[in-house]
Parts: sequence; structure tokens; C-alpha cells
Amino acid sequence: MGFSSPGLLRHCLFKVTGHRLRFCYCYFDFNPAILVSMMNPCLHNRSDPTHEHLLHRLYALQQQFLHISPESMHQVATEFNLPVSQVASVVAFYSFFHTQPCGRFHILFSNCTSCGYLEDGQNLMQMLCQQLQITPGKTRKDGLVSIDETSCIGMCDQGASLLINGVPVTRLNPDKIAQIAHLITAETALAYWPKAWFTVNDVVHKRNLLLSAHFLAGSALQKALIHGTDETLATVMQSDLCGRGGAGFNTGEKWQLCREASGNAHYVVCNADEGEPGTFKDRFLLRSQADAMFEGMTLCAFVTGAEKGFVYLRGEYRYLLPHLHSVLNQRRQQGLLGQHILGHATFNFDIEIVVGAGAYICGEESALIESLEGKPGIPRIRPPFPVTHGYLGQPTVINNVETLIAAAHIILQDGAWFRAIGTEKSAGSKILSVSGDCRLPGIYEYPFGVSIQQVLDDCGAQNVQAVQIGGPSGTLVGRTDFNCRTCFEDLSTAGSFLVFGQQRNLLAINRNFARFFAHESCGFCTPCRVGTQLLKNNLDKIADGRGTSQDLVEIKQLSHLLQRHSHCGLGHTAANHILDSLQRFPQTFEANLKQHFTASFDLDKALENARQITQRNDAAAHLD
Amino acid sequence: MQTIHDTIIIDGQEIPFTKGQTIMDAALAARVYIPHLCHYPGLTPSGNCRLCTVDIGSKSVAACITPAAAGQEISNNTSALNDARKSITQMLFVEGDHICPSCEKTGNCKLQAMGYYLGVLEDHFPYFYQHREVDASHARILLDRGRCILCDLCVRASREVDKKNVFAIAGRGTEAHLIVNSSTGKLADSNIEPGDLAANICPVGAILIKEQGYQVPIGQRIYDQHTIQETGLQENSVKKNDD
Repeated sequence: MGFSSPGLLRHCLFKVTGHRLRFCYCYFDFNPAILVSMMNPCLHNRSDPTHEHLLHRLYALQQQFLHISPESMHQVATEFNLPVSQVASVVAFYSFFHTQPCGRFHILFSNCTSCGYLEDGQNLMQMLCQQLQITPGKTRKDGLVSIDETSCIGMCDQGASLLINGVPVTRLNPDKIAQIAHLITAETALAYWPKAWFTVNDVVHKRNLLLSAHFLAGSALQKALIHGTDETLATVMQSDLCGRGGAGFNTGEKWQLCREASGNAHYVVCNADEGEPGTFKDRFLLRSQADAMFEGMTLCAFVTGAEKGFVYLRGEYRYLLPHLHSVLNQRRQQGLLGQHILGHATFNFDIEIVVGAGAYICGEESALIESLEGKPGIPRIRPPFPVTHGYLGQPTVINNVETLIAAAHIILQDGAWFRAIGTEKSAGSKILSVSGDCRLPGIYEYPFGVSIQQVLDDCGAQNVQAVQIGGPSGTLVGRTDFNCRTCFEDLSTAGSFLVFGQQRNLLAINRNFARFFAHESCGFCTPCRVGTQLLKNNLDKIADGRGTSQDLVEIKQLSHLLQRHSHCGLGHTAANHILDSLQRFPQTFEANLKQHFTASFDLDKALENARQITQRNDAAAHLD
Repeated sequence: MQTIHDTIIIDGQEIPFTKGQTIMDAALAARVYIPHLCHYPGLTPSGNCRLCTVDIGSKSVAACITPAAAGQEISNNTSALNDARKSITQMLFVEGDHICPSCEKTGNCKLQAMGYYLGVLEDHFPYFYQHREVDASHARILLDRGRCILCDLCVRASREVDKKNVFAIAGRGTEAHLIVNSSTGKLADSNIEPGDLAANICPVGAILIKEQGYQVPIGQRIYDQHTIQETGLQENSVKKNDD
């Protein structure tokens, strides 16, 4: 029994409701066998360990022993012929690897503002912890269960969500939490939990170029083989397609640069490490458009001469593996992957899926390559860029899931079909992941240049206070900016669209984002490693009622320092949300400031350590 | 054959460079000091401390990892950059436990010297007081992670010069810490020796050779007599003579 059981998808129920919105409910139906195999990796057909990816080997050990022990690290170091320090540094880097045993039921609550555990003023994680008598971050003494929180798991349109042994459970509420506590206490295997809990309902509210076009597997490849590599590349160039991952680099140009770069081998990598909180469009695309995505990669290989491709899938989306493997196998059977693709004598290309292990930074392309190479995801020094020095130092194209799907459609249609839509500098359509305080969260595809107000109207958002465009690393805008457009020349976004209603406390949002960056900073450079932590502490201080106007001066200076002095995009953008808040919603911070002298920390709380050491808790051991 | 020089401009001064040199290489060769802690001539540059950040137009780059290119107009010794460097130095201070009067590296410590150079008179940020392990297992070498600034110099020195690969950095964010590549993770079980560059390159008091801490009295130590600017330029010329 392995991960690649076919026939897991039960497609699609179309429902048309009026002319403006069209819904598509797609149910991802969980086969209990998969849950069993995810819980019992020993059942998993492990291939020869020397050919296995380091992250996969560590994942298997983590599954088997519920942690990765020093002995396991030594074993892996020997198997992979690596220094044990490299294995240890990889284990320490990725959030989903643990050096202390997790519970047999290991639960990770998302702490995102949309799919997080704070729902309607209730703390769902605390609720479950109380019911199971457990402290977050610590495994219960009997080893049955452990509960912790994790960064956004991409279920923002599914309500509060968690991962249990790597599988998402969506639409949490107090009632479901009580049932979960009961099932865990009774040690009921996941395979016997209500199947509907594992359902991820993809709802598409708006379709444009990509989501309304039909795509037949192999059709774009056939066309490309007839026209040849030059013309295929020219088509992508003519479309003006730019990367959908946020940076917006011209895709045709990237393919051309890689093609022209000399190397022993060329590689194509699909960045499916969708980690920006509030983004879930790739989750939907991976499930509904995997064929077009793999075809986009194959077309890129055709143009660049690559023979090997990787999909770097975020660990949170591991549950999509069986589906992706079945599509890959199908494509191999159809002659669309492997040796002599579609009978072409010299066209050989295949794709491997590498699953990450909980690290936002691996969405940064050079960190992703480090991770692919079995190392901690620390961004490289750029230049040189991956197009010339990527995977194993060889020319590598890294494209976002949506970009590759767009490329496949463009080659099937033509460049003008795509170029006809959008704005001057932003060709084509953009798929948005809309979530937060709105009636209709889900997937929306618009021509580039749609106004924020239009999206808000379409998603049924009322009394909107602010919108975070492009996730925590993007831009926070208020009412006066709702006429701005989402496109590269105005507000650029990789797809995250978080709506915050009037009732939301924006300081709580800023604190959430600040915590996210402090947690996800890779720790390589001083400004980001220390600065994200200082910003988090500063916001906590203000929220605790200990902030003064000097703290705002500090926060601004720190934010500018991060923007200018950090090593990579994470640090450059980590303070954007704070500067946006200070500029557009100054009340957020000012309302919490103290006008008179206040101690900058809680003196009594600071003595807690001393009380614990001396085992005292009497009145004389406290201040006041 | 004569080497063809192009030039860059740092704070108005024209400086020659050869292909392959970084801005830092070219500057040091011309005896122009750009503050740095994680750079050491002869080791592969890392770019982690960010003290050497300079401005090229509106862009800020780390001089130690940015290739020199003809015509670059670079700002280095400006008050804005030195203020940022001061903040970065203070960040390194509060992240670890840097209590200079009780540290045997005092007077020889580059972090402390950088503080002197940039006019650091107070810590500014609240200390993190992190729990980091001390490894005193080795008979001759002490590893106090509380003072480590994660500059990666020992990692590179061990790998590139000593050819031993004794150290690595593990963990994310403020949990990043130095680890030892040995069966127990302890220094005693590694093959490090007191003569190794890795055992001597630590800019702070995180890696110390035992039993010689106070051989040179306080007041007669390196940074009691020189600035870090002088030693930084000196390091480079010593390295050049070695080549």
C-alpha cells in the first residue's frame, strides 16, 4: 500500500447560480487507506534509501518513531554519506521534524488569521488542550497526543482548521473539538473518524482565462512538438506572462536565460510551496489542474533542454500526494513523461515530487533549491540566479504552479489570447484566494487590474476595515485605497486577499503577522533574525499596555532597518504590515500607548523564574 | 601580463578592482575600511552579519558578497549607514549574553571593538536572555554558545582551511545555534585541535582556548591599543602576504 492509490478524486458538481457567480464544488474524498498509510509509514513502499530524498527519509523516520532521535540522525548520515551535523541542521530547521517524541495523535492548529484556532472569540486550541489535559507544545505523558500550532496551512476558505498526523481537518467548531477529544481519548484510528471532516471543498466563484478554458492532457505538448522549441518560446514571450509567485519576472525571458545558460544539465522546478498566509489557490490548482501544471513543466523542459523536473510541494499539502502521483503515472502511461515523449526521439523528461517539512522561507526560490539539495532552506547569495546556477549549480527554471498552468494554456492557445486580457504591464488573469470577513470566501479569477472594491463586492464583504493584499508580506490597505487595482503596476499580489471587518482588532492582526515572521525567519542574517523578534516583542509590549510613543519611533526604525539590510525578501517585507498600519491606521497603536511613565516589563512576572527555582509562591515571593 | 583594472567609487574615492573581486575585497585592498564581523580574508564570504551593508544608489547590498562592477558609485562611511551598523551591533549584543567585564575575551573581542568603533554606549534593545548550552567537554577548547554571534567563521574555517568540518549552524530564527559534528555533539569527541583556525577565529568569546585567558593583562589587549578599523585592514594585508 503506497501513496499513489489512484481513483481518489470524486469530481465535480457544477451549479450555476445567476450570471455573475459560478460555483464549482469539488470534494476531495479521503480513502481511509491513505489515512492508515500516513499513520503507519512502515506500510509505505520505501524505495532504495540511497535514491530517496533526505527530507522523505527523515519524514519516514519521524512517522515510524514519532521523532528523529540522535541514533536516527546517525543512521541517515551514514545512509546518505553526509556529515551528521548536516542531518542535524536539517532536522532543526524544519518545523515538522521533532527531536522529542510527538503524540500518536499529533495535532497542529493553524494560527493564520483566516484558518486559525481563534474563531468567533473562542480559542479552539486551548479548548482541545483543556479537554485532553495537555499543554501546547508538550506531548502528554502517556504519549497519546501532542498539540501545537503551525503557520497557515492553506485552508483559509475552509474555516478554522488543523492538521492531524499531516491530514487536514476543516471547519472546526466547539462541537467538533469535543468530538475530536472523545475520539482521541478512545484511541479511535483516523480511518474511523467521520470522513466528512477531512473534506476540503474548493469553491470557485469567478472564472476567467485559465479556469474556464478546457485543457486536454498532451494537447499543448503536441502543438509544441509540431512548432519546435523556438516558436514555443516565442509564444510564451509574446504572451508577456510574468511569474505568479509575487516577484513577477517575465516567464519567457526566464526560460530563455536558462536555455542559453551552459551546464551539465538543466532543471525545471515547480514552486508549490504556497506558504504566504491567506493563499490557497495552488492547493486548488494542484488538485484540479495538475495535468496542465505538469504539462507546463514538460513544455519548459522542451524549451530549455531539461530532462529532470521537481515539484516542491509544501508539507502542509502532503495529503495531495496520492492525487499528484496518480496524475504523473497517468501521464507516463500516455507517453507525456519519460523517455521519447510523444515519440520524439530526443525528448526525455520526468518529474519527481519533493515534499517540504514546514518552512515558509522555502518558497523563496534559492532557499527552495537548498531544500531540494537536502539542506536547511537558507536563501543563497544572488547573483548568480537560479537560471544560471540553480539546482546542483546547474541552470534551473523555477516557476510558480499558476505560472506553469498559464504557460501550458498559452502554448495551447497563443500569446495574443493571453495578452488581450489584463493591464499594460500585467498580462492575463490572476487567481486570488479570498478569505477572512466575507460571505463568499474561495477562489476568484479576474483579469489583472481588478479593483479591490470589485473583489470585495463579489465576495460579499461588508463593513470592511482593511484588506491585506498579498499576505503578511504584502500591503495593508484601508477604505481610501479600495480603488487600487491588483496588478504589478499598482498592488502586486501572489494571490492572498485577506478581508478584515470593522470588528477586527488590527493590532492583533499585526501581532499575528509579526509572530509569523519571527517564527519563519531562517536565522541567517542579523537584521531579520533579531529584528523580527524585536518587532514581535515591541508589538506585544504595546498590546500589554506597556508601550509609549518612543516605541513607535523604535518600531519605525527597526522596520526600515529590516527593509534595507536583510539578506532576502522575507526580511525586506517582514515589516511592511507594521509600516502600513502606522501610516494608514495610526490609531491601532496610539490607542494602546501609555501617556505616563510605565515599566517596560511586568516586574512580578519577571520573578517567575526565580520563584520556580526556589519553589516558592507565597505572598513574600511576589511584588505588591 | 598586466592585470586590467576597472574602478568603483566608494565615498567619492576611485578604487581599482579586478574581475571576481567583491566590493569588500576591492575596498580592503585599497585600504578603505568597511565595517565587518563575518568576513575574513581567504574564507568564502557569507554575508550574514550585514554590518558591511553599503548603498549603491537607492539599493543596499552587503559589500562582502556583492561583486564589484565598473562604475559602481558606493556610499559607505555615511551617518545613516553607521547608525544602521550600530543598531545591528546592538542586536548582536542583546541576542546573546555579552557581559564584557566578566568575559575573558574582553579587549580582544571584535564585537566589543565594533561597539567602540560605532559609538555604542548602551545596549538599546532589551536582552533576550536565551538559554544556550556551554560545551566544556574538550580539554583545551571551550565553546560558550551564549556568546556566539552566528557569524559562521568557525564553520567556514574548519571546512575550508582545517579541512575538518567540525561546526555547523542548526535551527531557525533566534533558535539558530552552533552544533558540533561529532558522534555525541560534544567538542571533546570532534577532531578539533587548539592550533586549528576554527579554534582561533571566533571574533567573540564563544570559542576560547583554555588556560590562557589572562596571559595578556586587560589594558594591553588588541583593542586597548588599536581600533577594529586598523586590525581589519591589517588582517587583509597579512593575508595578502601569505598568498
